[in-house]
Formats: sequence, structure tokens, C-alpha cells
Amino acid sequence: MTPIVKTEGLTHLYSPGTPFERIAVQDLDFQAMKGEFIGIIGHTGSGKSTFIQHLNGLLKPTKGRVLFDGEDIWSSKTKTHGVRFKVGLVFQYPEYQLFEETVYKDIAFGPKNMKLSEEEIDARVREAADLVGIGEELLEKSPFDLSGGQKRRVAIAGVIAMRPDVLILDEPTAGLDPAGSAEILANIKDYHHRMGSTVLFVTHSMEDAARIADRLLVFSGGHLVMDGTPNAIFARPEELEAIDLGIPEITRVVARLREKGLDIPAAIYTVEQAKAALMKLKEGKADA
Amino acid sequence: MLKNITLGQYFPGNTFVHRLDPRTKLLIIVVYIVALFLVDKITAYLPVIVFLAISVMVSKIKLKSLVSGMKPLFVIIVITAIINLFFTSGEPIVKLWVVTITKEGVRAAVFMLLRISLLIMGTFMLTYTTAPMQLTDGLESLLGPLKKIKMPVHELAMMMSIALRFIPTLIEETDKIMNAQKARGADFETGGLVQKAKAMLPLLIPLFISAFRRADELATAMESRCYSGGEGRTKMKQLCYGAIDVTAGAAAIVLLAMVILLNTFGI
Amino acid sequence: MSNIIEIRNLVFKYINDEELETVALDGIDLNIEEGSFVVVLGHNGSGKSTLAKHLNGILQPTEGTVLVAGMDTRDEKLMTDIRRKVGMVFQNPDNQIVANVVEDDVAFGPENLGIESEEIRRRVDEALKAVDMWEFRSHAPHLLSGGQKQRVAIAGVIAMRPHCIVLDEPTAMLDPVGRAEVIETIMRLNKEQGITVVLITHHMSETIDADRLIVMADGRIIDDGTPQQVFANVQKLRDAGLSVPETTQLIFELRKEGVELPLSALSVDECAESIFKAFA
Repeated sequence: MTPIVKTEGLTHLYSPGTPFERIAVQDLDFQAMKGEFIGIIGHTGSGKSTFIQHLNGLLKPTKGRVLFDGEDIWSSKTKTHGVRFKVGLVFQYPEYQLFEETVYKDIAFGPKNMKLSEEEIDARVREAADLVGIGEELLEKSPFDLSGGQKRRVAIAGVIAMRPDVLILDEPTAGLDPAGSAEILANIKDYHHRMGSTVLFVTHSMEDAARIADRLLVFSGGHLVMDGTPNAIFARPEELEAIDLGIPEITRVVARLREKGLDIPAAIYTVEQAKAALMKLKEGKADA
Repeated sequence: MLKNITLGQYFPGNTFVHRLDPRTKLLIIVVYIVALFLVDKITAYLPVIVFLAISVMVSKIKLKSLVSGMKPLFVIIVITAIINLFFTSGEPIVKLWVVTITKEGVRAAVFMLLRISLLIMGTFMLTYTTAPMQLTDGLESLLGPLKKIKMPVHELAMMMSIALRFIPTLIEETDKIMNAQKARGADFETGGLVQKAKAMLPLLIPLFISAFRRADELATAMESRCYSGGEGRTKMKQLCYGAIDVTAGAAAIVLLAMVILLNTFGI
Repeated sequence: MSNIIEIRNLVFKYINDEELETVALDGIDLNIEEGSFVVVLGHNGSGKSTLAKHLNGILQPTEGTVLVAGMDTRDEKLMTDIRRKVGMVFQNPDNQIVANVVEDDVAFGPENLGIESEEIRRRVDEALKAVDMWEFRSHAPHLLSGGQKQRVAIAGVIAMRPHCIVLDEPTAMLDPVGRAEVIETIMRLNKEQGITVVLITHHMSETIDADRLIVMADGRIIDDGTPQQVFANVQKLRDAGLSVPETTQLIFELRKEGVELPLSALSVDECAESIFKAFA
């Protein structure tokens, strides 16, 4: 099977040839298959934002290649432009990009740029709004009258409406309260489930990364330093701490318990898993 | 791409020119411009050029940054020079088909070229060596007497410095919004003028909304910090003239005197 | 200890976009002790930011009174004195920095107070050192990280020597590194200089070390106590649209299964300790 997106030796320099030259990402090899759900973690300046902007052709690699469905996205101008619709990118604080008079028109902006028919646009707008939980009654409202969380969901719908094969979200929950964050994450999970498309999302929350992703990428200093399942990644807490990234709180509790001599598995990173493991331990004791 | 803009750019330093009181620099630039416009003999440009060259050398500003700053204005300078070259009547020296180049035309073109370039480079020297905040402070202080006739001098200076403060922030924001709309297939490059202008709406509307939101929040933040206009305000960095200001001022007067002298006796 | 802020039956109503009267704050009674570290927690729209804006007279009560060091915030003549006592730090670090140079921005407040130049210089240096930004004094603010900008904003406030700092979601737009910098800075100011801190947030991890935790929902205070007391009430917090730290969640879930555990264990160590005791 051909990976849906792939980078080969991707390197990007900012301001090349000037005293401000800086390596943003270096020699990055990555590939994702259709339907994968991938979390991206790393500090500000670790190269993760530069990386995701390469996947839909907003940034051009200084060296290396970016492939969509096996083809170099920079091989022709039409390919580069076309890939913007196939790889949907939702930026941080996407609500700041809203501009239309109505929610409907704003969501329709992307599909319109794709030169789709009116019926097709209509179908996609309604589908996208539904996927992010924006009700019909809000479609004719001005996006500026909505609450913060609603605005963000409209902005995400604006990208989803292009029906991209790959959806990338840069910190989709930044600045939202716990309820708002949970709602957005549920929307994204639901979207992934219903559309079966590939999803990549950047997050600073180890807990969120652990809870909803099947695979994690860890960035540091412009390199992809770890790539694996949450299980595999959180089993390497020393390496994560060495690059100043934490592990989920629960994994830390489990590590302490193991230090104290409690016999539970190390690869635990959600409350549910910890509870199950502890209860199993208790039953085991009761049986013995 | 937008990050390369050199609008009101300041190159920090600690040279003689950097240390001058901003008011001195503002007054010198006025004298410099007056001198420049008084020039009517070619040799009288010499003291102006020397004056500029010395300030560039002393301030350690790279000639390259002065020249690259002029790039956006290059076309205008050339067009003005060409117009002067071809459309000044007088004693013809070259006749080419319908165009004639006159002696007066060459002179006018050279004068225009020198005048505009020296004017631009001079003002760039001011902004390159003076922090924007100092510049507004200097302006506020120089225009201080106008407060007596109810001119809102302090408010204008404040507005200027806030505008300067927010230019980089808004440029960054423009970049972000542009990328976000490009990711939704917006096309800012192709199409005719009308189409291009229309394509700017998805950029401009969010940008203005954000600018107003910023203005609103900034006003609240300023009020919280007890801002209530210029009345009763003090300054941490008080402007004061020193010995260097006297010498620099003297140099400017010498410049003016030499230009007048060369205008009268030069060729 | 005396109260720096005293709020009696505060009601705040406004007319919303659809021209309906909306009650943002519905009868708040609250005293804040001088020198304490108080966290106000609540979901978006719970009224916590509206409350913050009452603490230095940006908003004035529709009903009831807000006294800052004994001064009524409805008295326009006292506004400067009130704002000298209670400084504010806002959410967006970019939209509260006025000047082009870090130290000039910190000087902005004292300049407005008409303090003489040498004294301003002293205060600015002190304030920048207190937030650990002194090396950046001549930098341009837009080149700083979010956490650094927010620390400059805090310096700008403490240069006015307030008794109390109110921070309205100062970390909402920051990454974890910036968030930690800001929280560490305000904790230090509270401990070392005795400045009262009122921190408004929805990040649970920032609340653990507070002296007092106030939970708001629908314009009312629904809980008020030490973090241990408040987090013990997991269900109530969930109902208010808030989450509790994962450590508390785990203990809560285990208790549901009948395991005897104290709900007061908030830190990772405390949590591990009490679970170990129950299971070993």
C-alpha cells in the first residue's frame, strides 16, 4: 500500500544565506497510511509547525521531498495547488480566519475555491457542520456572534468541508476550557471514525495525546526523535524528560507505584487503564 | 516574505550618532533637508554628501542596508530622473528621433537623482539610528509648545509609538491569516486587479477585526495601568542635551554655511 | 489579617447583542485576604473574567459594592488609587504591551503615576529582576516568547507597587514552558514579596498550590475552600463543566469500586503514596 503522505529527507531552512539562517527541520523521514490517527508532540520551536505546513505545500522544502499518494507535490504547479484541498490544515486559533457574513458562507469558502457545483457545496457544508456539532439553526447566523468554542468548530468545519484525505490540526484545543476542549476532541475523533481519513493533531497535552491517538510523533530541535504507539513512547520516560517533555500524570503515578514495588505494567497512561490494572491486582490478591 | 519589510527599522548601537538626543537628530535632519533643497550648484552637493558619509561611517550603519532600504523607491527615483532628462527645454546636446536631451535636462536629472537619494538616505539614517520610541519622545518634546494652542501633541506621539509597536505584530498576523486562507484554497496571486482585490477580503476582514479587538484590549490594559493622557505624566528616560549634541548641531550649521557658500562662489 | 478586597452582594447585568438583559454576576459575596494566593476557577462564561474586571474598577457593579482597600470602585475620583493597589494582567500578552522596548513598557505604569525618573528607573530594574527578565530589558517585545511577554506584563504591574495582582487567564495562550514560567513567577512574588495574587484560570494544574480555590458557575460562587477540599467534590466540579486533576480522578474512580482512599491527595507523590498503602 502506498502511504497517503510521506516525507523523504525533508529539510527546511529559514532565511537561508542570511545571518538569521536557522534549521527548522532536518532530514525528516515520515510516512502515514490512510486512516491513521496521529498525535504530534514537542516544544514550541521543535519544528512541528514547520513540518505540518510542508504536508499541504504551504512551505517548500529546502531539501528533500514531500509525497502525497506517492507523487511529489512540487512536481507541478497544479499538484501543489491541488494538495491544499487533499491535505486540510487547521491552524492554531482558527477562529481568527473567519470572515464571511454567515456561518454557512464561511464553511463554503473552501469548497467554493474547489470550484464545486452549488449542490455539492451545499451537501458538504451541511455535512461538515454536522460533523463538528454546529446545528442547522446556526448556519445563517454571523460567525462573529458565536461563542469562542463554536467559532472554532465553524473554522474546523471550513476545512473539513473540503473533504481532505488528510486532516491536520495545530493545537485544536488551545485556550479552550476543559468542556470546550473535550467537545472538540470528541468531534475530531468522531470525524476520524466516520470518514476514515488520516488525522494528525499537534498537542501540548500528554494526556490528550495518550487518550486519543494511535500513534505519536515526538519532535525536538528540528528532528523527529520518536515515532511509535503511545505505549511504546510513554515507556521511555527518561528520554522524554531529557527533552523537557513530560509523561501523563497517571504514568508518573504508575512509575512511583512500581518503584515502591507494586506489580503493575508500566505502559499505563489513562485513568481507565490505571483503574483496570489496579483492580486486577486487587482481585489477584483476593484470589490468592 | 512580509518579514523583510524595512519600515521604520532601527539598528541598535551605541555610537556617537546613536547617543545623540533624538531632538538634536530631528533638528539636524531639518537643517540637512533645508541645505539639500538650497543646493543649486553641483559642487554644493559635496558638503551634503560628505556630511552623510561621515554620519554613516560614525554610526557603523552598513551602506548595504541604506541602499537596500531604497529599493522600493528605486523606480520612482529613476522615473523622475528620466522625466527631467527628456522634458527640460534648453540647449540640445543629443537629438534622437523625437526626443532631445538638453544640457539643462541632464543637469536637472542629476540634481533630482542626487536630491531624492540624499533625502531618502538622510531620513533613513534618522530612523536607523533612533529607536522609534525615542523618536516619538523627541517629536513630543519639540512640538511641546503647540500644546498651549490645544494641539493634542502627547496623544499624537502616543498613537505613533503604539502604531510602531504593533506593526510587527500585525505583519505576523497577516502572514498567519494568509496561510490559513491559502490552506482553504484562497488564491492571492493570480487574476486581474478586481479579482485580486476581491481575493484580499478573506485576509483584510479578519485582520481588521483582530486589530479592533487588540485596540480594545490594549485600551483596557492601559487604563488598568493608570493611563489618563499626558497630564501629570513623567518619563523614565528624560531627554537631555549633552556636549555631543552641541558638536553635532555645530556640524549641521557648518553644513548649511558651506552649501550657501558654494552656491554663491562654486560652479 | 485585613482584607484587600471586600465584595458585598455584587450583581452585574449588561445588555447583550440581542438586546436582552443578561446577568453575568449574580450576588457575589467575597473577601480576599491581604497576602493570600487565591485561584478562581470556572468554565468559559461562568463570570470569572467579569468578576476580575470588577476588582480594579474596569467594570462597576450594577448592584452591591466592591471595596478595594476600603475604597469604593464606583467612586471615579479614587480610580487611580484603586488601580495603584490592584494591578491587572490579561490573557493576550501581545495586547497589553505598549512600548517597543521591554524596559520602556515596564516604566509605562510608574510614568502615568507621575513618579520622578530616578525612582522609576529603580523600580523598573527591580521589577524586571523580580520576574527574571532583566537581561532582556532592551529587547523588542515582539521577539520574546509568550511566557517572556507575560512576565514583562507582570513586571509592568509590579513596578507600580500594587498590593494585589489580578491575573485574568494569563496562561491560556501559552505553551507548557511559558505556563510554568508564569506560574512560578507569580508564586514567588506571592511568597517573597507578600503580594496578594488572584489567579483566574481553567488549568487545574495551576491550582494545586493555592491557599484558596473559588469555583464559579453561572455568575455565582459554587465552591470555596482549600484545593484539597474543593477537588474532593469531583462530581460537583464535573457538573460545573470543569475537570479535576487525573490523580484525583483515579482516586475518585477507585473509591467508586470500594477502595478506601483519601480524596485530598493531589500531587503525584501523595497519590502514589496513598494508593500504595491501599494496595500493598
